[in-house]
Amino acid sequence: MKLQEQNISKNNFEQCIKCTVCTVYCPVVPVNPLYPGPKQAGPDGERLRLKKGEFFDEALKYCLNCKRCEVACPSGVKIGDIIQSARLKYSRHSPSLRDTILASTDFVGSAATIAAPIVNAAVAMKPAKAIMDGVLKIDHRRTFPKYSSGTFERWFRKEAAAAQEKFDRHVGYFHGCYVNYNFPDLGKDFVKLMNAVGYGVRLVDKEKCCGVALISNKMTGAALRHARHNVDVIGKTVADAGNPVLLTSSTCTLTIRDEYPHLLGVDNSGIRDNVLLATKFLYTLVDSGKVKLVFRKDFSMKAAYHAPCHMEKLGWGIFSISLMKMIPGLQLEILDSNCCGIAGTYGFKKENYEVSQAIGEPLFRQIGEINPDVVATDCETCKWQIEMSTPYKVMNPVSILASAIDVEATRAANG
Amino acid sequence: MRYDTIIIGGGLSGLVCGIRLQKAGQKCCIVSSGQSALHFSSGCFDFLDRLEDGTVPGNLAECLVSLPESHPYSKIGAETAKKYMGEVPEFFAGCGVRLCGNPYRNSYRMTPMGDMCPTWLSLEDFPLAGEPDAKVADRALVVNIFGYLDFNTAFVADALERNGTVCRVISVRIDEMERLRMNPSEMRATNIARVMDRPEVCGKFIAAVSEELRGEDTIILPAVFGLASDEVLPKIRSSFSADVRFVATMPPSVPGIRTQMKLRKAFEHAGGVYLLGDTVNGAEMSGDKVLSISTSNFGDYRLHADNYVLASGSFFSKGLVAVPDKIYEPVFGLDVDYAGDRKEWYDTDLFSPQNYISFGVATSRDFRPFKDGKPVSNLYAVGSVLSGTNALNEGSGAGTAILTAFRTADLILGRVDSSKAGQSLK
Repeated sequence: MKLQEQNISKNNFEQCIKCTVCTVYCPVVPVNPLYPGPKQAGPDGERLRLKKGEFFDEALKYCLNCKRCEVACPSGVKIGDIIQSARLKYSRHSPSLRDTILASTDFVGSAATIAAPIVNAAVAMKPAKAIMDGVLKIDHRRTFPKYSSGTFERWFRKEAAAAQEKFDRHVGYFHGCYVNYNFPDLGKDFVKLMNAVGYGVRLVDKEKCCGVALISNKMTGAALRHARHNVDVIGKTVADAGNPVLLTSSTCTLTIRDEYPHLLGVDNSGIRDNVLLATKFLYTLVDSGKVKLVFRKDFSMKAAYHAPCHMEKLGWGIFSISLMKMIPGLQLEILDSNCCGIAGTYGFKKENYEVSQAIGEPLFRQIGEINPDVVATDCETCKWQIEMSTPYKVMNPVSILASAIDVEATRAANG
Repeated sequence: MRYDTIIIGGGLSGLVCGIRLQKAGQKCCIVSSGQSALHFSSGCFDFLDRLEDGTVPGNLAECLVSLPESHPYSKIGAETAKKYMGEVPEFFAGCGVRLCGNPYRNSYRMTPMGDMCPTWLSLEDFPLAGEPDAKVADRALVVNIFGYLDFNTAFVADALERNGTVCRVISVRIDEMERLRMNPSEMRATNIARVMDRPEVCGKFIAAVSEELRGEDTIILPAVFGLASDEVLPKIRSSFSADVRFVATMPPSVPGIRTQMKLRKAFEHAGGVYLLGDTVNGAEMSGDKVLSISTSNFGDYRLHADNYVLASGSFFSKGLVAVPDKIYEPVFGLDVDYAGDRKEWYDTDLFSPQNYISFGVATSRDFRPFKDGKPVSNLYAVGSVLSGTNALNEGSGAGTAILTAFRTADLILGRVDSSKAGQSLK
C-alpha cells in the first residue's frame, strides 16, 4: 500500500488531473497559437520527456514563466517549474549573442553606467535600433530602459553608508541590477523609508544578479554560479545578527526564494525565510505596532496598482496594497489581475514583440480607463512595459510610501 | 492581519458565504488554493435531483422533511431551508449572475448528451423546461465550430429527434478559430470563448450562422460564449430570427468560469480580500477555539479572525484526503465521518452510488465541526467538505454549497439563535 506514496515525482506532475484550468489562465495561449499551453507543455509533455528527452518541444520557449498556471492549478502542480526545468534540461537551442547580452544584466549594466548618457542616447537612435533589430533581433519598437550615471552602490557608499551604522537595528538590502544600474532612486527611496522607521540599511556584500534572465535564456552555468554566490553572501548578512534581507523587486524575490531550489537545485533553506519583499517586512512591523508611519498632510495622488505575475505567485500583493491604503492622500484602485506581457527579456526579443504587446493590451486599456496619476507596481520590467505602452508613469510602492511619509514625524514616532 | 471571518476555500460555497458576510458589514478574507470546481460546472445548480428510491421530487421544499437528520438540509431545518431557497435568485442577481428556474421546484436541463435531466436553477445561458420530455423546437439547427471536439452534435441531435424535433447539424469555419486548430488538443471551450469575446469575431460567427439558417425556429450552440465579455450572450441571442439555446460542453465550463469571476468580483467589490493560489497549512488552537492560521505564502506571518469557515471542498480540491487506510481533513485535523472498512468506500460498479462521496467532516446541527470528539466553537464547515450528503447520487452539490453558506453566515452574524439551530425539525 506504500506504492502510491512512493511514486511522487520531484515536480509532482502526476498530481495533474488534466482539468485544463491552467490553460484558461495562461496569458500566451489566446495570443500565440504556436504555444501548446501549460497543460501540454507541462505535465502532459513531462510524461513523454521522462521516457525520452527527444519528445521535448522547442515551442516551450514561448512560456513567459509568469506562473499564473501554478496560481490557478487546483491540484498544486508546479506547472511553470516543470516547463522551465524541461527547457533547461532538454532544449537543444543555445543562447545567441542577443540572448547573452539581454541576460547579462549586471555585466552589461556595469559597462553601460560608466558611459550612461552616451549609451542612453545611442540605443534610442534610429540607426542603433535598426542594427539591434536586424543583427541582434532586439525589436526596434522597444524602448530601452535608461542607464543611470553611476551605480546605486556607489551612491550608497559615498552618501549613505556611514549614516546607517548609527541605527541600532538593521536590515540587509539586495538591490538587484535594476536599482544599481538603471534606477538608483528606488534604492534611495528604500533607504529613506527604512531609516525613517528606525532601521539602518546594509547592502549584501558583492551581490550578483539574481539570475532570472540567465535562467530564462538557458545560461544555466552562469545562473548556477550566481545562485550559489548569492545564497552564500545573503547567508552572511542573515548570520550577521539575524537581519532579514529585503528586496524591492518581486521577481528577484521569487527567483531567490523559489527558482533557486526548484529550477537550479540550489539549496536555499538556510536563507529562504529571511529573504523578503520590503513591503511584506514593513507591513508586518506596522501591523504588530512595532513601527509607525506618519504621512504628509499635503500628499495627494491617484494610483492604480498592478500586481506583477511573480507577486501573484508570491501571494504578497496584499502587503503592498495594505501599506498604500494607509496613506490618507492616496486614492488607490486595484487593476484586474493581468500579465503586462514583457516577462523580463522575453518582450525585448523581436520574435515576441507582437505577442508581448497583445498580452498586455487588456491591462493597458484598463489603466487608460482609470486614468491614474501613476501606476504602482513592484516589478521593474512591468514598469518598462507599462511606461512604454501607456502614457502613465510607474512607481514602486516603496517609492510611493517614501514620498508620502512625513520623514521627521515618522522618525520621531519611531525614535 | 485581523479579519472578522476567514474562509478557507474560494469556490461556490466559500464565495457565497463571504459575500453574505461582507455585505452585512463583516471584514472577510478568502484563502483559495487554486481555482474551484465552478470551472467544471454544468451551468446548472442542483438541489435534490433524486430521492433515495430514484424518483425526481417536484416540490423540493416538501420533500426536505423526508431526509435523514444527518443531511445538511435537515440541519438547517425545512422552514429555514425554504426561506433560503427563495432568496437564492436575488442573491445571485446582486452579484451580476442571472439564474433561471423556480427556486422551489425541479425543472429540466439539456445535458451535453442532449438528454433532459432534473435540475434546480440554471445560469442564464441555459433555459429550463418544466417536463422531461418537453419538445425544445420544431426544427433546430445544431451548430458547432469546425474542429471543436467537446460538443457532441450527433448525440444532441439524436436526443432532440427522439422528442420530435427535426435537426440539421452544421459546422462553421471562421478564420480566427482556424488559428486555434494549430493546437487541436487545446481547442477547448475557454480558448474559443476568449476569441469569440472579440466583437468582430462574434459578428463573423453570427453572419456565418445566419447564412445557413433555412427556416429553423431554434439554433443550438455549444456554451462557448461570453467569458469575460457581458455583451456576447445578449448579442448572440438578439441577432437571429430563431431562438438560441446553449448546451453545456465538456470542461472547462465557460458559464461556470464566468460565474466564478463574477462572484469573486462581487466579494472584492464589497471589500473582501481574496488570496488566490495560497494554501492554509495549519491552525493554532487554544481549547475549543481557532486562534490563527498559517499559509504557505505568508510563512511566519499568521492570519487572525474571530470566526473561521472551512469551505475547502471534497477530495478534488483536497478538502478531504484519502490515503490507503484513512480519510482525513488536512487543515485542522477535524473528525471525519467515513466507513472504517476500506471496502465500504466504493462500489466496483462505477454507476452505483459511491459511499466515499458522502464522507466528510462531521458537524453539529449548527455546522460546527468536531475535533477529537469536541466541537470547535469558532469554526464552521460548509459545502462539499460536509458529510451526510451524496452530492453525486442525489444531485445536491450546489444546493448544499449555497444553503449551508447562507446558514453559516447567518449563524456568524447572530441572525439566528444557534442553540435553536435545526430545531424546526424533529
